[in-house]
Amino acid sequence: MKAVTAIDQLAESYDLVVVGAGPAGLSAAARAAELGVNVLLVDENPAPGGQIYRAVTMTPVTDRNVLGTDYWRGAEIVARFERSQASYAGSCTLWSIGPDAAVPEGGGFEIGLSLDGRARLIGARQLILATGAQERPFPIPGWTLPGVMTAGAAQIALKSAAIVPAGRTVIAGCGPLLYLLAGQLAAAGAEIVAVLDTTPRSNWLKAAAALPNFLRSPYLAKGLRLMAKARRSLRFVGGVTGLAAEGAGKLAAVRVERGGSITTIACDTLLLHQGVIPGVNLSNAAGCAHDFDTVQHCWVPRLDDWLTSSVPGIAVAGDGAGIGGAESAALRGEVAALSAAHRLGRFDARERDREAEPLRAKLVRALHGRRFLDLLYRPAPQFLAPRQDETIICRCEEVTAGQVRDTATRLGVTGPNQMKAFLRCGMGPCQGRLCGPTVVELIAEANGTTPAEVGYYRLRPPVKPVTLAELAALPQSEAAVKAVVR
Amino acid sequence: MSAQRRSADVIVIGGGIHGCSTALHCALRGMSVILLEKDHAGRHASGVNAGGVRQLARDVAEIPLSNASMALWHRIAELVDDDCGFTCDGQVLVAETEADLEDCRARVDDLTLRGFHHEELIDTKELRRLVPAVSETCPGGVVSRRDGAAIPLRATQAFKRKAQNLGATIREGVKVEKVSQDGGNWRVTTDAGDFLAPRIVNAAGAWADRIAADLGEPVPLEVIAPMLMITTPMPAFIKPVVIMRSRKLSFKQFGNGTVLIGGGYSGTPLRDENRTILDWRKLATNARTVWDVFPIMRGVPVVRAWAGIEARMPDDLPVFGASARHEGVYHQFGFSAHGFQLGPGAGAVMAEIIATGASNVPIDGLGITRFTQQAH
Ligand SMILES: Cc1cc2nc3c(=O)[nH]c(=O)nc-3n(C[C@H](O)[C@@H](O)[C@H](O)COP(=O)(O)OP(=O)(O)OC[C@H]3O[C@@H](n4cnc5c(N)ncnc54)[C@H](O)[C@@H]3O)c2cc1C
Ligand SMILES: Cc1cc2nc3c(=O)[nH]c(=O)nc-3n(C[C@H](O)[C@H](O)[C@H](O)COP(=O)(O)OP(=O)(O)OC[C@H]3O[C@@H](n4cnc5c(N)ncnc54)[C@H](O)[C@@H]3O)c2cc1C
Repeated sequence: MKAVTAIDQLAESYDLVVVGAGPAGLSAAARAAELGVNVLLVDENPAPGGQIYRAVTMTPVTDRNVLGTDYWRGAEIVARFERSQASYAGSCTLWSIGPDAAVPEGGGFEIGLSLDGRARLIGARQLILATGAQERPFPIPGWTLPGVMTAGAAQIALKSAAIVPAGRTVIAGCGPLLYLLAGQLAAAGAEIVAVLDTTPRSNWLKAAAALPNFLRSPYLAKGLRLMAKARRSLRFVGGVTGLAAEGAGKLAAVRVERGGSITTIACDTLLLHQGVIPGVNLSNAAGCAHDFDTVQHCWVPRLDDWLTSSVPGIAVAGDGAGIGGAESAALRGEVAALSAAHRLGRFDARERDREAEPLRAKLVRALHGRRFLDLLYRPAPQFLAPRQDETIICRCEEVTAGQVRDTATRLGVTGPNQMKAFLRCGMGPCQGRLCGPTVVELIAEANGTTPAEVGYYRLRPPVKPVTLAELAALPQSEAAVKAVVR
Repeated sequence: MSAQRRSADVIVIGGGIHGCSTALHCALRGMSVILLEKDHAGRHASGVNAGGVRQLARDVAEIPLSNASMALWHRIAELVDDDCGFTCDGQVLVAETEADLEDCRARVDDLTLRGFHHEELIDTKELRRLVPAVSETCPGGVVSRRDGAAIPLRATQAFKRKAQNLGATIREGVKVEKVSQDGGNWRVTTDAGDFLAPRIVNAAGAWADRIAADLGEPVPLEVIAPMLMITTPMPAFIKPVVIMRSRKLSFKQFGNGTVLIGGGYSGTPLRDENRTILDWRKLATNARTVWDVFPIMRGVPVVRAWAGIEARMPDDLPVFGASARHEGVYHQFGFSAHGFQLGPGAGAVMAEIIATGASNVPIDGLGITRFTQQAH
């Protein structure tokens, strides 16, 4: 691995640029480099690992039991990458993707990168976006109170700084990661007073048909272990139908609805989690087409068998291509790398197909049983489209669910892009990452349509903020200088 | 309301601020109207522009139209039942040098002789009072105090909604493919069937040259993609919109603290794909200007940049008024990156011309003949 630690150490251009150093990006970059491709891997985090293996090379958590064996497996993936000839730029954010005007139609990209307060535009002939997943937004009344955060945020603090949430902690929501995290935090010494499960009971029926497959899947043993552990050692409350965070200026308690009855649990920290969905901001802003996946209930980039998007030269691998977990992320990274290497002329289609075959077989195995999980952990409608009007759904602009509903019905706004003009939701620094799915859900419900019909935000670069100073210091173009004189 | 309506007194092609405004004003005059829009109203230039409502520094040929429009902006809520987010804190043109200021003085004197008084020369003291953050070295400028800004997509949709409430048929997602003569009518062929009307208005923005060509009136329309950037919120530091005399800049802080940076740098438009490509090197020049003129901005993150698809004419003036070749055909396009402010008034004037054959607002110098004369 060749470490890039300052922006001017970057080459003018690379054959392949991979964005994201999680299992998908690390595997893609390693495989491509092993095939002799001139590849750059960039990640905004200071160290490789992505979400699952975050900080695996430098975490202060030394007791291996706390984060579990799956976590430490990341060390092998990082080690393989480090043995390769790929260039790696950590703490480096990619903020824009555009066509490279200097090369003919579809022949390359111009990407904007930022490292250590300085920005640069460089060239990339092929791109693999391996930017992973994000937690599904989970707005409930009071979730903006200090003391409430997402379960993922708590996990990041644990992995990268060995920080455990303070005081009495409640974890609420649904999905396999909820149990995983409850277990990790408890092992690290957190005082978990309750695990509140919002998985709708009716989901079991819907998922039943997919059960036989699941029983033969690699998820099963792992899932059962996690679940059994959480249930055994922690106070577990199932069938939760409503949640609200309460407190004056700071979280004091969580109000829990189960069917008709309401209870209150006093707590200092509330961790929310409603599963993960692909992070589509970058692929969306790059112009890739997206579809609504009705099983995973989220937007996913439209990809072919080789994970290439509707924009020639851009592939998406890992959980950003649809939620599949770490193992499938790594495999999909390799498939995308083979395909990019083929397009770059490293080998012919036959060789590519042959190399891909074992990967595809493993991929089928890795994804076996996924459907059961997707159906079982599909969030309840009242958490996708919050019922209470006063619930804030866009934190950047403080927009409430009631405002979105009202704008959709009274003003007849039919899509999230038009909604921006009235409420500004999706126009804050997060660019809709936190409110987008909820806004779509609310509009669909108010207008009696589906999320697929409502559509999603049209996102604009920079995908991550870049400072005016960084921009001002970019090399000027001749055309721009002339334009000033005109 | 008849979604099935196929004929009307007037068919408006294009649902930007201009098409929607003309539809509204025609409806106000009692005409039946069908508006056809290929995407949704405000999807293009009218929904994504900087929202500047500016009379300052306009070409004299369009000042009367701009004046008429300004009067409407100041009672916009009465007209469309929505304030369109219109605020009026003036617009200031900054002179960076004594030579700039001399040009400003000459301009204001010329306008005075023509009977226009909306632009006012200001000295360095008044400039600093209006724009405290501006670099100390700027010697003065010009202010237009009744100028301001509005929210583009919201304004365009308000015009659309009001037109609809008055009985206009608005068809979104309907693309005009061809226009042709059919007896006393115009036949407008679309992907959703044909529509008929004795009068048609070509308000198709960056696509208007295609309609004009169909009508045998080809125009040298250039498709451009002006770009804008917006920052995270800053503490309030500037009220008026600022433009500059000799550099490309348009600069404005919103009530929520975010700052909009533009000035007419163009990216690459791909009009057949409804898409634009940003040119970061030009945006860098734009950022550089802000760095020079507003030091307070240097550390601020830019959170979004975009471009809109707009029509530009060679002389930077719109094509506005009756066709030179055909009865019942009217053109309203080519607003060359400054047509948002003109929208409300241009619609009123166009409806007046359609209804009465003439308008009291002079539009000399804006006709299509300035391009078609040489073509024949
Ligand atoms: C908060 C969270 C916690 C999770 N924890 C676990 C867990 O403990 N166990 C588990 O099995 N699964 C976990 N998952 C699911 C999980 O993300 C994976 O299945 C796996 O990490 C997917 O790998 P990936 O390579 O696709 O993406 P990731 O591992 O997510 O890696 C993506 C990387 O891209 C980088 N990136 C994104 N955008 C940019 C940009 N513009 N510029 C530069 N870099 C960028 C990110 O910093 C990140 O390092 C978690 C998901 C989330 C959202
Ligand atoms: C980034 C940017 C910043 C700007 N800033 C300002 C500013 O601050 N102040 C200002 O005054 N002006 C500004 N402008 C200019 C202003 O936005 C335009 O001049 C104005 O919006 C033009 O309005 P329009 O109705 O003519 O065009 P548009 O808004 O483009 O509307 C034309 C419509 O016609 C439709 N159409 C085209 N062909 C067909 C067809 N065949 N069938 C059906 N429908 C069709 C299109 O889909 C489109 O919606 C700016 C422009 C941009 C792009």
